[in-house]
Amino acid sequence: MSFLPLADVEMNNETQPFWDALHNNTLLLPRCTSCASVVWYPRAHCPVCFSTELEWEEMSGRGTIYSYSIVAKGNGRWKESGPYVVAYIELSEGPRILTNIVNVTPSEVHINMPVTAVFDTGDDGRVLLRFTSVSTS
Amino acid sequence: MSVRGKAFIAGAYEHPLRTIPNKTVQQVHAEVAAGALADAGLSFSDVDAYFCAGDAPGFGALSMAEYLGLQLTHIDNTETGGSSYLLHVQHAAEAIAAGHCHVALITLAGLPRSSGAGIGGAGRFGSAPEVPFENFFGLSIVAGYAMAARRHMYEFGTTSAQLAEIKVAAASHAQHNPNAFLQNTVTVEEVLQSKMVADPLHMLDCCVVTDGGGALVVVSPEVARKLSRHSVPVLGTGFAVKHVNNGRIDLTHTGAVVSGPRAFTEAGLSPGDIRYASIYDSFTITVLTTLEDLGFCEKGKGGEFVSGGGLQAPFGKLPFNTDGGGLCNNHPSNRGGITKVIEAVRQLRNEAHPAVQVPNCQFALAHGTGGNLATRMGSATLILGQEV
Ligand SMILES: [Zn+2]
Repeated sequence: MSFLPLADVEMNNETQPFWDALHNNTLLLPRCTSCASVVWYPRAHCPVCFSTELEWEEMSGRGTIYSYSIVAKGNGRWKESGPYVVAYIELSEGPRILTNIVNVTPSEVHINMPVTAVFDTGDDGRVLLRFTSVSTS
Repeated sequence: MSVRGKAFIAGAYEHPLRTIPNKTVQQVHAEVAAGALADAGLSFSDVDAYFCAGDAPGFGALSMAEYLGLQLTHIDNTETGGSSYLLHVQHAAEAIAAGHCHVALITLAGLPRSSGAGIGGAGRFGSAPEVPFENFFGLSIVAGYAMAARRHMYEFGTTSAQLAEIKVAAASHAQHNPNAFLQNTVTVEEVLQSKMVADPLHMLDCCVVTDGGGALVVVSPEVARKLSRHSVPVLGTGFAVKHVNNGRIDLTHTGAVVSGPRAFTEAGLSPGDIRYASIYDSFTITVLTTLEDLGFCEKGKGGEFVSGGGLQAPFGKLPFNTDGGGLCNNHPSNRGGITKVIEAVRQLRNEAHPAVQVPNCQFALAHGTGGNLATRMGSATLILGQEV
């Protein structure tokens, strides 16, 4: 796990499979059976063609950094985290996902850096999808 | 239906204070409402339409109508963050053109400074579907805009020094505004040496946090004709929603690429006709991207456009935010929309500070960006004229 705060995330029937899969170190996203779009964030319909026929599919967990920022000091529970990296990663399957880049020195982060999923899980079972450099994983 | 020339801004008022202890939010709404109505030469009993956004308490327009004592035929609670009030002008013009009302009051007020809310304030978005996928990564408001800036730098070679030029221009204007929260001029070097908040944005790339508010009165042509005050015609309006688009977001453009052309088409004008522009300036990158998207320069050339005093009044290529903008003057309730319209009205009435008044300011543009450059935004563009 990283040293960044985890969170109690509110799940619902639309998002439960996504969170359950993270606990099993798997990234599942809905794919539309009608237009083949990968849907981000998970929901019960496809926002591209409006079909409700979606299937959960395992993603590669691989991608590249689309953009990022090194935050000097966070707010609230993030106040003591030290400088941390917020990023949009572009998943190989298409979606650009908001996340943190962890287990990498912030100054080494750059656009297009290849990254892979980190299933960041706390002892208490809380889990978030974060990413790290392919070379450090 | 075009609203061109069918509605006029007859009253505009900005609260003079930037820290307001010991007052309620609704009280500040009432103060700015009274100010704008007095400016127009109208009274509360003349108002038949009321517009407010998420900064208003309770049921918004319902709660505020009762608090203010208004008797209304039309209300609007449209909420798009800081751009709400520009969209309210559009909606007021549409309602007036449709005959639903004649005197529309728009108010904004907030006390983030006195309440310690900071930039962005406390949201009421806890149950929004995007929250579990965005809000648990330490994504501060600044970090979102910083990612947009980083991507712009990557794609177009934009530099931090170019972003700093925007703050330098705003500060050069703010020195003439006795009510501005920050009245000191700054250099590019000083911006670059200010504390890094979220790389690549520095402290001086960020707007101020202020208490305060503002109000506008939009009226029908018939009402405008009876008033002695110089009213400003609404010539063009444009609005667009830009969102994450199923995870396929492009961070280098804003909704202004859609709202701008809509407003110019309605006004029958082009960017070259605009003598003064109020550009939403939550952060320096907001201005740079918006200028490109509105067509004042080519995409990617914003850095060049703002350099060398390009935005400085009165003789730069495009004088902007002559009150000092959100970067220096005022960003009441963490929402800079209404002050953008107010300063455009001052320019068109020839009532800006003489040091920054644009000569022969025939056409002005005001643009609002509500939400976040890194996720979803409501972009609203207004084009205003001079002649009644
Ligand atoms: Zn589909």
